[in-house]
Amino acid sequence: MLAVESSITESTEADPGTARRTMIGVKGLSLVFETNDGPVNALSDINLDIQEGEFVSLIGPSGCGKTTLLRVIADLEQQTDGSITVNGTTPEDARLNRLYGYVFQASALLPWRTIQQNCALPMEISGQSTEHQNKQIDKYLSMVGLNDFHKKYPWQLSGGMQQRASIARALCIEPDLLLMDEPFGALDEITRDHMNVELLKIWEQTQKTVVFVTHSIAEAVMLSTKIVVMSPRPGRVVSVIDSPLPKMKHLGLRDTEAFHALSAQIRAALAHEHAID
Amino acid sequence: MHEKWFAIASFIVIIIGAWYLFALLMNGNQLVNNYERRNMDWTISSVVAEAYQVKRPMLPAPHQVIDELYNTVFDTRITSKRSLVFHTLITLQSTLLGFLLGTALGILIAVGIVHNRTLEASLMPWVIASQTIPILAIAPMIVVVLGAVGLTGLVPKSIISMYLSFFPVTIGMVKGLRSADSLHMELLHTYSANAHQLFWKLRWFSAQPYLFASLKVGIAAALVGAIVGELPTGAQGGLGARLLSGSYYGQTTQIWSALFMAALLGSVLVWLVSLAEKVLLRRRGLAHE
Repeated sequence: MLAVESSITESTEADPGTARRTMIGVKGLSLVFETNDGPVNALSDINLDIQEGEFVSLIGPSGCGKTTLLRVIADLEQQTDGSITVNGTTPEDARLNRLYGYVFQASALLPWRTIQQNCALPMEISGQSTEHQNKQIDKYLSMVGLNDFHKKYPWQLSGGMQQRASIARALCIEPDLLLMDEPFGALDEITRDHMNVELLKIWEQTQKTVVFVTHSIAEAVMLSTKIVVMSPRPGRVVSVIDSPLPKMKHLGLRDTEAFHALSAQIRAALAHEHAID
Repeated sequence: MHEKWFAIASFIVIIIGAWYLFALLMNGNQLVNNYERRNMDWTISSVVAEAYQVKRPMLPAPHQVIDELYNTVFDTRITSKRSLVFHTLITLQSTLLGFLLGTALGILIAVGIVHNRTLEASLMPWVIASQTIPILAIAPMIVVVLGAVGLTGLVPKSIISMYLSFFPVTIGMVKGLRSADSLHMELLHTYSANAHQLFWKLRWFSAQPYLFASLKVGIAAALVGAIVGELPTGAQGGLGARLLSGSYYGQTTQIWSALFMAALLGSVLVWLVSLAEKVLLRRRGLAHE
């Protein structure tokens, strides 16, 4: 592990005063897609620091580049300008070191593999022993509440269960960084609330850094320690808001003054930059 | 359900009816010509009665073919050269060997094409050209060339079988290996999977539905190849040899029964592939997407 102490900042929430490493450092990053209709500025001059252990939400309307930014972090896209470090290295090295786990919008489970075999996939690829694989699978499937589903195929599970399985799959390799692209976007609101609470519990237990893409204000407030508000055309960061709410939240918090105030602040940031046309 | 069976039954009745009608017209015409040449008297009813009994008819009636099939399948020892089962087994042997070789070759070419752009450009035209040449034209050459290096009997027939059956497998597998979901490809990219892992953990399984569709076409083509292969080899056995000797001696009933056996064999082989597909794909959850 590289100890990069370049941008130590004071944490504003829960445990003030703890010095933390920068997990993701983005400086002047731009990404232009060349399309048939000319260049598209997917990301424009992004500056962002994400500390270890933070839960950061990227929020904004469609086309604001939040998913693209996540994909740059994951080395699924490359920036055309500016720089980015992930755990002090390039995104490619971070990927090759298997630093992160990526949870897609769809569960992306392989239909010919059982849930257990699906969870084993990343560990098979990184060459872990079967014994270790099984231990991890048992641990994380029970953490996401899928204890008795080892031998089931994805099509035998509901959408919410499939998404939980895909989160367990990402957790099995115990990555330092969890990248989540609207993982609950396709779920109904009731399931989504439940998943949010579950995700917070997992985050508390594992102490990962999480970067979470969403277009739901309530979800961003519910989960995050830091909220990055983005705006489209060109995709850019308009505001970075540190959450005053406690680290561990419960659903009852949603009816409090502080929750509403933070939601209003995000909504204002979105509206101010004409993020929503 | 009843309607379905009614439709199927009606269709069969129509086909058999049409067959009897054509048998009457074709054989009757022949009979009438015969009578007139010999200046014999004839009536419609005598022609109708005789048209279905001719020893070497232009078109044998269904019951004559069934008779011949019954005699050569059940009433003849399997070891006898008059047994249709004996000939069917010979053809089956080269069909299966040719099918296995063709499948292996087809998959191999597809893997090469999918992994290498140069191979695609250099190999694909030949693969396609190979299928535009009539198999009847190339089969004797394969037999002669392989005969020159001492390969006779089963091998040349299987090679001809392979020649026909690799093509659908190649085309299907190229498509199948490229059909991997882009999301799954990205997922494996985030795991830093190498090309080898990408193939065995993703592409191979994504290709399976395509593979089975190809195998069904491939095994039918392999059977055609085996039968065609038996024609120029002057083979002593096999359905192809049966067809050939039938046409030499004007034994139309023998030809038709061999054709029926070939059709039956083809149906059973395709059905077996479908069965394997169902079992395998269902177990792997691929049938439920």
